[in-house]
Parts: sequence; structure tokens; C-alpha cells
Amino acid sequence: MHLKFFGLFFCVGLIGFGQDCPHRFTGKITDFHDSSPLAGATIILVDSGKSTLSDLDGNFLIDSLCEGTYRLQVSHPECLPRTISIKIQGDTYKEVMLEHHVEELHSVVIEGKAFGNTLESSAEIHLSEEDLVRHSDGSLGDALQEVTGVPSLNTGNAIAKPMIHGLFGSRVLIMNHGTRMEGQEWGEEHAPGIDINSAGSVSVIKGAAALQYGGDAVGGIVKIEPPRIAKKDSLYGRAILTGATNGRGGGLTAGLTKSYEKGGYASVQGTLKRFGDFEAPDYMLNNTGFSEQAFSARLGVDKYLYGFETYYSYFQNEIGILAASHLGGIEDQIRALKSDKPLIIRDFGYDIEAPKQETQHHLAKLKFFKRFQNLGKLSVQYDLQINKRLEFDRRRNSEENNRPSIDLTLKTHHARADWEYKNNDIEAKFGLSGQYQTNHTDPHTQVKRLIPDYTQLAFGVYSLASLQIQENILLEGGIRYDFSHFDAYKYYATSLWEDKAYDEEFADFYIQTIGSQVLTNPKFTFHGMSAVMSLRYNVGDNWQLMGNYSLVSRFPNPSELFSEGLHHSAARIEVGDLRFDKETANKFSITINKESENFGFSISPYLNSISDFIFLKPIGIRQSIRGSFQVWEYHQTEAILLGIDLDGRLNLSDHLSFHHRFSFIKGKNQQTNEALINIPPVSTVNTFVYENPNIANLSLELESNYVFRQNEYPDMRFPVFLPVSQSTEIVDLSTPPAAYHLMAFRAGIDLAKTENYQFRLGFSVENLFDKTYRDYLNRQRYYADNLGRNIKLRLNINF
Amino acid sequence: MKTNFLKIDHMKNMGNYKKIMIGLFLSLGFTACSDDEKIPEPIHEEELITTMEIVLSPQDFGEVVTLSYRDLDGDGPGEPIIENGVLMANATYFGEIILLNETVEPAEDISLEIEEEGADHQFFFHNDFGAETSYKDQDENANPIGLLFELKTNTPGTGSFQVILRHEPDKTAPGVKEGNIENAGGTTDISVNFEVEVQ
Repeated sequence: MHLKFFGLFFCVGLIGFGQDCPHRFTGKITDFHDSSPLAGATIILVDSGKSTLSDLDGNFLIDSLCEGTYRLQVSHPECLPRTISIKIQGDTYKEVMLEHHVEELHSVVIEGKAFGNTLESSAEIHLSEEDLVRHSDGSLGDALQEVTGVPSLNTGNAIAKPMIHGLFGSRVLIMNHGTRMEGQEWGEEHAPGIDINSAGSVSVIKGAAALQYGGDAVGGIVKIEPPRIAKKDSLYGRAILTGATNGRGGGLTAGLTKSYEKGGYASVQGTLKRFGDFEAPDYMLNNTGFSEQAFSARLGVDKYLYGFETYYSYFQNEIGILAASHLGGIEDQIRALKSDKPLIIRDFGYDIEAPKQETQHHLAKLKFFKRFQNLGKLSVQYDLQINKRLEFDRRRNSEENNRPSIDLTLKTHHARADWEYKNNDIEAKFGLSGQYQTNHTDPHTQVKRLIPDYTQLAFGVYSLASLQIQENILLEGGIRYDFSHFDAYKYYATSLWEDKAYDEEFADFYIQTIGSQVLTNPKFTFHGMSAVMSLRYNVGDNWQLMGNYSLVSRFPNPSELFSEGLHHSAARIEVGDLRFDKETANKFSITINKESENFGFSISPYLNSISDFIFLKPIGIRQSIRGSFQVWEYHQTEAILLGIDLDGRLNLSDHLSFHHRFSFIKGKNQQTNEALINIPPVSTVNTFVYENPNIANLSLELESNYVFRQNEYPDMRFPVFLPVSQSTEIVDLSTPPAAYHLMAFRAGIDLAKTENYQFRLGFSVENLFDKTYRDYLNRQRYYADNLGRNIKLRLNINF
Repeated sequence: MKTNFLKIDHMKNMGNYKKIMIGLFLSLGFTACSDDEKIPEPIHEEELITTMEIVLSPQDFGEVVTLSYRDLDGDGPGEPIIENGVLMANATYFGEIILLNETVEPAEDISLEIEEEGADHQFFFHNDFGAETSYKDQDENANPIGLLFELKTNTPGTGSFQVILRHEPDKTAPGVKEGNIENAGGTTDISVNFEVEVQ
């Protein structure tokens, strides 16, 4: 080490004296994303005092150098500058990749690192811009299905909850523009209130890597990041107009951004969607239309040393629930199950009636950051979310149908401070966050509250570090502590309060008896530790090996603690438990990656062992005046999830490539040795893609999607006696539907493209052969088939 | 969450920006705390039917028989209280159905609401002791509702008597007006079973 230093000084000294140092340092500056050459980059060899610019092909040359180690600074007007150390030994060649800022205005694929949010070694998978545009008229959950191992749990076709490695709801953390989404996410039929068109990038982390956002991502994390705005004087925008035959509707989204070279920017964006009844191949799916409106605005300044951003977004939708899925009790369910088509089939219509849901989501955010020389970067953020959810059922008095059965308002205040430190070999993050949340239920529903009024106070503190052990080995670790205090006001039916022996165990919570109800004040405090450890090893020759371990704790959510009563959309009684403790998951995953020009693949096996896993299980039949209902209780068990995701790409020629995705997962309840419910079946997607930039950016895509039958499922068939027919019927809500194979064709072409604007036309046919099928992960599979053929036309304008 | 994290006397030295930020945080903090500690009011389920009484009055002579089903905790775990009855053989009874919500004080008569919304509701009867039922009331479209009905018993025996209330049935479907539930559709609002002895 000393010798080296000495040598360096010696060399520098010699240069000073004009001595002959013969070595040439050549290289090339390329774009990180597509390896295209970057012209006009400034290359400075700091210790030599020499500098140059890259030529049109990105090449550069610095000559007359001595042997030794130099600091190399590379910068480009549209890129993040980089400083690396370089060893000159004889004539030396080095290719330097730069993180290209959005010179191309709509560049979407940006590695997590550039945002400084994600640990490098965790496998973070980005949706392509193409995927985002293609799902512009759909939902976030639909778009995420493009990622291997991320299907969605659906209620009909408009409500899609993303699922990561077999887990969903409270176990999947959704980060929207740096804010954790708080929107009653525990419900199976509650989709995240996010307009996908507000995203610059959408990515999935199939693990708990982003500990700074929470220690409870048992399944994984979905990250929605805003579009990046280049520091230059510019005004630009985009618009996407989509029309679809199925649902006879479409979507329109438009956005405009003004940016300044000095770092200021302002951006607005809005989306409208409207669809009527969707269609299965053989019949209309009545009351499945939806409407959605969203708006967002950003205003900020991004200087290198400091910056701030204000962000506001509003999202609202109204979604119809399949008319035929509205049921009274088990007898209605038997009728629906026995019929091979929905019990209600009418003509097409745009009207959305009860049963339906309406949600509104406001998100307001203030963020400020400042860099301190040699100390790092400090960011402070405050955000407020207001989530309003209304659910409408068909009431006995139809004039009352416009009175919601569920009316919840969830307000979340959240503040955080994060400190980031970086030098050549080490990167460290430290931060703390606090959250105050209130849930309010409006009694005008005149229906028993499903989720009680509560306040929750939460606090978290974390620390993360990554260490470049060798040039090709990166080690990362992190630890987080979470605290949460619940304070709820809950009315229990006296019979349930006593039936579950709460009156003995939780006598402290009792306040008073009102009629047949008991008013209680449950209070809980939870503590949780979480940790991650990961290693990334660049084996060389484009091989990469990653290993991840995470320990995660998730506190029971209000639904798991407090549920009590009939869940209309599931036509079953659901009962939570005040005795629940937190859920703890240990997840191991390995990713083997190989990327070369013509061939690439990734294999990721994983194992998730979850203790005190909270799940719903049927415990029997309850008689009420409305007939019989199945009772499902939340229980805790030891669960294990084991799976593998495979991705592959093969370039068959300059323009033709083949893409393969395969996902396999098994889930088991280890106490009963039974399979877990709602585990995605094995699936494989195979696609041929033809792309030719010379023919107006033509792209053609033929996709085959094969979903196997789920053969491992808990057997929950149960007998019910029907007095009318004096017979006993078996109610089968557990046997999965058959395997299915869907084909899709997609095409895109530039109608016009200049430096200043681009008009691109997209055409696609989903379910090409109008195949009749039902999907295991669709909660309405008992009542109706999935969607039939859907032809879409899309115009995408960038200017 | 009580907010007292500020020392106001330092305000003078702060930049405008900080003042604005703090003001903003404070106002948000206060709005957050304002609806704290409020005990939510109890909800009385207006739609709940806790009780069904079927009053069977013999046409000629004999005792009035009342069948009743009471389940005061709705979908809670409490067992319903069912009162069954004994009917005379070869007799004609005039039946009247009374529906109550007894969780409110005084009890609400839901049968009145069913009568008003008669076009959207229909009762269906089924028994396996050989009795015959027929409708004795009509909705605005001259279709049966079933709040009033007639029951004719036959020979002695025992069996079950089931009463079903369907919401939004298709009263024009074949057999529905005559009391056949097969094609009625709709959703089940009530489904109750009584044990009846005919002697």
C-alpha cells in the first residue's frame, strides 16, 4: 500500500518534470441502459490533471500516462457523474457506463440504485415502459403480472391485488412515490388505489430488502416511482388513448412536464377510464363496468446540494361487482355453484349498480433533502393519506341501495428522516419514521362495522449498510425495529364476546353493555425486529450470483384482530381473534443470473418459513334467520412456502427473440400438513418478439400463457342439508378450475417520429381464441367465466 | 397524540421557510388530534330481522298456533330460539307472517316494509307433512307476496315446514306465482325451518 502511494507520488512528480510516461489510456463511455455510446462526456484523470471529451462513438484517449492508480471522473450533461479508481498498467482500456438521465424523455427502466432506495443485491425487477403503456387502461395488479412470480388475486376483472411469491394484502408493501400506501389493504377485494399512469417506473422486490420502508414485507415490495425529470429547460408531455372491445370502453391519460436547467420542475398528469359490462365468451358479465379518475401534480427543485418536492395525487374509482355474485347464504351459493352460467345474465350496459364499491385516495407529500460535505445526505419527508372506501350492497328496500353498507375513512400521517452516507467502498443508511393513523366508520350505514374505529401509533428505526468487499463482491446488511400501538373502539355482539371467552381474558377492555352489544376498548402494543443480509457476487463472464436472507415481523392487521360478522362479498361469516401475536417470516432466496448479448436467464429459488402465519379457515356452519352460513375463523399456524421463478431470453436473429417465464410455488400448513389456500398454480409464459427499428420501430409479439391446474389445495368441501329438497348437498368452494391456455397477439408501430414528437400506434388481441376459462385466483370463479377476447387499439403520443 | 414539541420563542430566528414548514406540520398535527378519543356511536342494524312469527288461526274452531324463530344476535354465535307447533289434521289455517327487529327499542315491524316493497319480495312455503299452502295477498302487480297465506293440513303426521323469503325474485317465471321456488332466482333474505306435528 505504502509502496503504491509512493509510486503514485513519484509518477505525479515525474509528470511535473515532464518526464516521459508512455502509457495510453483509452476507453469508451456508454449508456448504462442500452450500452449506446455517449458523446461529449468529460473524462478527467484527477491525479494527472489531464482531461478530454468523448467523441461521437463514445471513445476517448488520454496519453502520456505513468503507471499507477488514478481517480477517474466521468461526467455528462444528462448523466449522474461517476468517480472510480483506475489502475494504469501499460496501455489500458476501460469501458465506463453512466446512468443516463432522461434525455429520452420517457426512459422508464432505471435501476433502483439510481434512486438510492434499494439495496443492490436484492433482485429488483422493473416493468418495461412498453408494459406500463400497454396496461395504461388497466390496473397496477394487471401490469405486475408481467413479472414472473407476481400474479394477482382478483375479484372479477377490475379488482386486482398484487401477489408476490404466494402472498398478498398486508404482506405486500406498496410504496407509491416514496410513501407507503395505506388503504385498507387487508381486504381481499380491496385493490390499491394507484393510477399506473402516474408512475415513471414500477418495480417488484421479491423480498424484504427495502427495510427503510417497513419491516413487514413478508411477501415483497411493489415500488412505484415518479418519472425522472432531466435538469434542462424543456417542456414535454405525453398522451395515451386506448379503446377496447371488451367492456366497450377505454382510457385516456395525459401529462405535461416543465423543467429547468437549474433544477426546478413542475409536472401534472391525469387519467380517465370508463368501461361497461365485460364479456365472457358465452355471456355478458353484468354489472362489471368501472370508472376511474386520477390526477397528480409535482412541483420541486432538485439541486445537487439540496432540493425539495411537493407531490399530490388523487385517485377515485367506482367498480361494479358481478350481479350474479350477490348471494344470501349457502342455499343461494349452492344454486350459483350448480348453474354452469351466472344466475343473472342481462344485456350490455354501462350502469354500475349495487353491489359495487367506491374508493377515493388522496396522497400529499412534502420532501426536503440536503447534502452535507463528507457527511452525506439528509432527507426529511412528511406525507398525509386519506383513504375513503364505500361498499354498497343490494338492500331489502331498493330505495336504500345508495346507502353504503361500509363507509370507512382511513387517515394516515407519516413523517420520516433518512440519512445516507456514501464513499467508495461503503454505503450506509440510517433513518426513523413515525406514523399516526385513524380509522373512522360512519354509522349511517346502519350495518354492523366490519372494521372498528381505531387509532394506531407506529414508530420505526432502521440502519442499513453495504460494503464492497472486493471489486466483484458486495455485502449488504440491515436491521430495523418497529413499534405499534393500537387503540380501538369496538362493539361486539355480547354472544361473541362471551363465546370467545373475551369477557374473562380481556375484561380490561370492557366499557359498557348496550342492548345486545358490548362496547370495548381493545389496546395492543407490538414490537418487531427485522433484518436482511445479502451478498452479490459477480462471477465474471456476465455471471452473477445473489443470495438473500431476511427476517420479517408483521403485526396482525385490524381485520385479523377484529373481524366479526357476515362478509357480504364472500357470503360467509368471518371472525378475527384478539389473541394474535405477530407473524414472523424467515426467507431465503438465491438468484443466478447470466446476461450476454444473445442469451440471458435467471433462476431464483426461494424458501419462506413463516411462524404464526395468520390465515382464514372454515370451522363450521352457523344457522341464522337468513339460513345457513359458513363460518371462517382466523387462525395462526406454521407455514412454509417454497418456489422457483425462471426467466429466459434467447435472440434468434437481430430482430427476433424468444422470452420464457416460469413460476412454480408450493405452500403448506405445517401443523396440518395441508396445502395453503390461494397459492398460485404453476404457470409459464412464452413469447416470440419481433422488433425492427428500421421499419418504423415495428414490434410484433405472440404470447402463449399456460396456467396449470392447482392440484394442491385444502379440501374445504362441506355438506349442507336442504329442507326444500330434503337432501344433503356438498358445497364445494375449494376444488380448483381446470388448466387453461391463452394466446395473445400484440403489435406496435411508429406512425410518425421526429426529434420533437412521436406518434405510436398499438394493437393487441388478448385471449385471441376467445377461450372459456376460470382462474383459481379469481374470487368470482364460482359464478362466472373469465373474460373472452379483447381487442384493443392504442395511440401513444410523446412530445 | 398530544402536540407540544415546539418552543415558540425560537421562532424569530427561523427563516420563513422553516416557519411555514412548522406551521404546516402543526396544523396537520392538530387536525389529526382533533377527532381523538371519540367513542363511536353504536349501530343499530336497521335491516336486521331478528324474529319471525307465523300466526296460524284455524278457520273453524280450535287453538291459534304460533310458530316463532328468534335470533337476537343476527350472525353472531348465539343459537336461535325456535318454537314449533302442533296443528290439527284436515283443517284450514289462515296464516300471517310478522317480522320484527327486536334489537331496537321499541321493536321495529319489518313486515310493513316487506308489504310496501311487495313487488320485490315473495315468501315460499314447503312442507313434507302433506299440507297445501296458497297465497292470500297481492303486490301492486297482482302477484303474491305471502305475508298472508292459507295452509290446509291433511292426514296426521310430522315433518318440517320451511319458510323462505326471496328478495328480487322473478315473479313472472314459470310456477313462481303458484309458489314454486325453482325458477324464482333472487337472493335469500330469510330461510327458516320449523318442526310441525299434525294430529
